[in-house]
Amino acid sequence: MFWTKLKRILRTGFFNFWRDSTVTLASVLIMMVTLLVIGLISFSSAILDTTLAELKNKIDINVTFFTSANEKDILNIKHTIESLPEVLLVTYVSREEALTLFKERHSSDQAILSALDEVGENPLGAVLNVQARDPSQYASVADFLESGSALSSGSSTIIDRINYFQNKAAIDTLTQIIASADRLGFVLTLFFAIISVLIAFNTIRLTIYLARDEISVMRLVGASTTYIRGPFVVVGIIYGVVAGLLTLLLLLPLTYWLGGTTENFFVGFNIFFYYLRHFLEIAFIIMASGVFIGALSSALAIRKYLKV
Amino acid sequence: MIVFDRVSKIYPDSSVALEEVTLSIEPKEFISIVGPSGAGKTTLLKLFLAEEKPTTGAVYYESTNIHALNKKEIDAFRRKVGMVFQDFRLLSNKTVYENIAFTMEAAGRTDEEIESDVPHVLELVDLTPKIWNFPRELSGGEKQRVAIARALVNEPDIIIADEPTGNLDPANTYDIVQILKKINDLGTTVILATHNKGIIDLLKRRVVAIERGKVVRDDRTGKYFV
Repeated sequence: MFWTKLKRILRTGFFNFWRDSTVTLASVLIMMVTLLVIGLISFSSAILDTTLAELKNKIDINVTFFTSANEKDILNIKHTIESLPEVLLVTYVSREEALTLFKERHSSDQAILSALDEVGENPLGAVLNVQARDPSQYASVADFLESGSALSSGSSTIIDRINYFQNKAAIDTLTQIIASADRLGFVLTLFFAIISVLIAFNTIRLTIYLARDEISVMRLVGASTTYIRGPFVVVGIIYGVVAGLLTLLLLLPLTYWLGGTTENFFVGFNIFFYYLRHFLEIAFIIMASGVFIGALSSALAIRKYLKV
Repeated sequence: MIVFDRVSKIYPDSSVALEEVTLSIEPKEFISIVGPSGAGKTTLLKLFLAEEKPTTGAVYYESTNIHALNKKEIDAFRRKVGMVFQDFRLLSNKTVYENIAFTMEAAGRTDEEIESDVPHVLELVDLTPKIWNFPRELSGGEKQRVAIARALVNEPDIIIADEPTGNLDPANTYDIVQILKKINDLGTTVILATHNKGIIDLLKRRVVAIERGKVVRDDRTGKYFV
């Protein structure tokens, strides 16, 4: 009897899905919007994460040495800094390289280039570029350099300046922005997810409201609660599955287009490739959300009409 | 046997729908309940189907108090009662066949029984050619015949018809009454609520007249003169 009952519930559910074509169309479209929001939310957190990571990589400290400093001492200091646990990477830019870079950067500015010629010799000092593992660790790295303990030889300092203290304000602001963007992203995510789930829930409630007379007839011919509710839950699940599949399809051209136009803005993050790489995860999230929202909305909405 | 024992129904807005109604209906009886609109006919039927609870008094079916039943038992009880409404109340997205099959499925009948009984009962109401049509494709009289077939298919002990001819023309009305009569002759109790004088005069069966919530007349082979 159980299998007969299940078979009948499934069959009735499929028929109802198929025959109420306008209701079905409306519900599936609304559900698609909801699932699209959920999908884009999972993208947005990925976008935020990679963009933040990229931004964090762009923070660094430049240690500029006096022009008189000799290269061996500088490389010693480089070695010392590299041994610090907070430091991710130290890059050495020699005086010659610094000059080349400077000329490249100002290649269109004749005044500066001629001024450089006036000076005659290379006025630029060598530079060590330091990247920390985390933006919050720059302070301690800079303190370490400032205190002079980096100069193992104990000789007089060869460090001309450390730009951290000039950039400190900017770095602090950026750290704060990153932290609050994380929080804001989370709150927004929750907010949109809740709203879209409520909309889907209401739509399904409306479809059941339309069937309220039929539900009361079913009740009056003595159909059990499970037998009345079953097909509606099945229809809810089908809404979820169909809307989920359509959403996954729709995301292909959508992310392809978005990926192309926003790649620069998101600092090298291509949403299309992200979608393809994480397709299984995203498909699971969307399909599971669809089925869950559909089934739960139906089950909850029908309760009210089962009381006769 | 159905017994209404001093049943009153007072709605929350303190309008009195039924007042101290006492009535007993024998098995295989054909009883018509007559009275003007708002007299309390439908309330009486709703109380019997446990759609409403009485304010005081009790309704018994074969010595069980209907309002003491739990949800499951009410479902089981309702399957023993076939119902026909003025507005037909067919399931609009199911075909004629499925409408009738649904009632049998709800009663837990097997697929084989459903396949053999549905055409049979449609033959009884003379509607075999419309078996695969949807309700919207049927006339009023045809819809009511589907509703009667649906009420009949589980071989109920009782058929309740609440103004079954209210939306029908005289010819269809006559047909429906004949079908109800035939059902009663086959041994099913029929309770018919109506305010159609012609039907009552045609039937020459028991008539209970209700007015303002009270039974004002109970006539064995009555005529309609409320």
